[in-house]
Amino acid sequence: MIYNIPFFTVVALIAIGMYAMLFKRNLIKMAIGLTIVESGVNLFLITLGYRKGGFAPIFTDLPPDVSPADIPGKMVLPVPQALTLTSIVIGVAVLALILSLAINIYRHYGTLESEKVRRLRE
Amino acid sequence: MNIMDHLPALVIAIPLLTAFLTPLIDRVSRKARNAVVFIALALTFILAILLVQDVFDNGIQIYVMGASSTTQTIPTQAAVPIRIVLEIDGLSAFMVLISVLISLLGLIYSFSDIKERGGRFYTLFLLMLVGMLGMELTGDLFNLFVFLEVTSIAAAALIAYEFRRGSTSEAALKYIIISSIGALFVLFSIGLLYGEYDLLNMAAIAQAMQSTHIDKIALVLLFSAFALKAGAAPMHMWLPDAYGEAPGAISMVLIPTTAASMYALFRVCFTIYNESLHAIIPAVIIIFGLLSIFIGVTMALVQDDIKRLISFAAVAEVGYILLAMGVGLYGFLNSEEYTVTALRGGMFHLFNDVLDIGLLFLVAGGVIYATGERSLNKLGGLAHSMKYTSVLFLVGLAAAAGLPPMNGFASKIIIYESVYKVSPILSIIAILASIMMLAVFIKIFQAVFTGPKLTECREVPKPMLASMIALAALIIFFGLFPDMVIEHLVDPAVNALMNYGAYIQAVMGVGT
Repeated sequence: MIYNIPFFTVVALIAIGMYAMLFKRNLIKMAIGLTIVESGVNLFLITLGYRKGGFAPIFTDLPPDVSPADIPGKMVLPVPQALTLTSIVIGVAVLALILSLAINIYRHYGTLESEKVRRLRE
Repeated sequence: MNIMDHLPALVIAIPLLTAFLTPLIDRVSRKARNAVVFIALALTFILAILLVQDVFDNGIQIYVMGASSTTQTIPTQAAVPIRIVLEIDGLSAFMVLISVLISLLGLIYSFSDIKERGGRFYTLFLLMLVGMLGMELTGDLFNLFVFLEVTSIAAAALIAYEFRRGSTSEAALKYIIISSIGALFVLFSIGLLYGEYDLLNMAAIAQAMQSTHIDKIALVLLFSAFALKAGAAPMHMWLPDAYGEAPGAISMVLIPTTAASMYALFRVCFTIYNESLHAIIPAVIIIFGLLSIFIGVTMALVQDDIKRLISFAAVAEVGYILLAMGVGLYGFLNSEEYTVTALRGGMFHLFNDVLDIGLLFLVAGGVIYATGERSLNKLGGLAHSMKYTSVLFLVGLAAAAGLPPMNGFASKIIIYESVYKVSPILSIIAILASIMMLAVFIKIFQAVFTGPKLTECREVPKPMLASMIALAALIIFFGLFPDMVIEHLVDPAVNALMNYGAYIQAVMGVGT
């Protein structure tokens, strides 16, 4: 049960983020919602690679009392960490772009409420 | 070092490096920048053609990043592929051909269309091409996600390029938020699949696929994300904004980016999940296709903005492709004999859609360039001063509406024929929508080109005209010789879709 807490956190984060994106009308709040969803997904990836009592996946920097024979099953998985790092970097770029677009929208429309920023209607 | 062995990596590397060189060269001279960008893209085009030729002649090509040999997919100490593998089969090659061709024509058009801040424009342009090519070449799910995001970020920045109009930022914001949600869905499902199989390679996952509940959740997430990015109704709301607000040729180059998402959708359905796919998926694709056709055509009828109108027609064209591919997928799962025809129609129409709607977007961009006006009510009589453009528009109109002897007719007739075997109603809806599409385009032609001369304007510059004429020539060629095109371009892609075993075997080796 206790080991499932990170997964519950993932679900909660994604739900909160989705709520913010769907029901908040302020563009900055929508950007915050997107970031929260992204944190949830990143936490999910990190949790996947976690091993209880495991150590960092660097062969040349093992704890002194560990012999290489013990390694299988004891090392934290490196791939999800690499995925998470990549995803964080991409997230920063996306967030920067969203905020710069929001600034430009504020300059033109004088507001950040998505209800009022609607020149493109179907 | 034989350059032929490194083609897949070079096709991605050349535009990527040039993208970051461009702003530097832009400081020196604009002419030099244009020349460098053009040479880099032409080189990419030639290399891509060589690669496509190689794939069509010799079957699936594999390129492993960072391995001692470029074909060693599975390292000696491991049992599964752990490196990044580029895998190019007939389907990928077909998509790569579309992407580089349209980008090259779009670039030539942009040389005279884009006047200010060119350095940044071409950087983003090349990055968008890199994203598309990466999505189509890679054999690795996480890599697919990364390139999906590269495409989305570059495309969003390009949509907002004319930032002095506020509506471009609005369209770009919508696009980037929707793309990021889609991409996060993809990342989450990659996490699910990785947690289950410890694999990221698509061929390896396809081999290990057991169709558990987790796989089904991952499938739903992947499917909805890629359908969203492909612009299938009812998730099309971002598409008319994005296409409509993008500058000049970018509207055209955005079509292959949505096609790349469609490629990812087919890759997931046909290759990764193949026969374990739930029977409801083809039905959902068919319903999305019909909805797209219906919504696209009816919404196009009421539009006033020329580019927005063509964007809704683009939604309808996406619908035709999805309809044919859904029927093909249904036949594929049930081993029906019309499968090949349906897939052939769908893939052929994918190419034709890019050419037809692309040409219409270029003409619309030319009209906006010459007059500075985008409302159908304020335009009129342009045929007096823009003779070539109006003739080219007629070619695009006939092709998009599916009139013989244009390419749109050649692929639509195959779609009607195959779809009819599942249910005649599908065919009837498709044909009716095609007729309405003709009405839509005649409305534009009548409003923009005919009538008395309203304003003084000049014909568009030669580079713009050249890329439009190239597209029109391809449209007529494809319409006159569809058999040749189907045999040499479309059929390899269809065979690749059907033969998922070869895709798996190319990575996992014989006997595993």
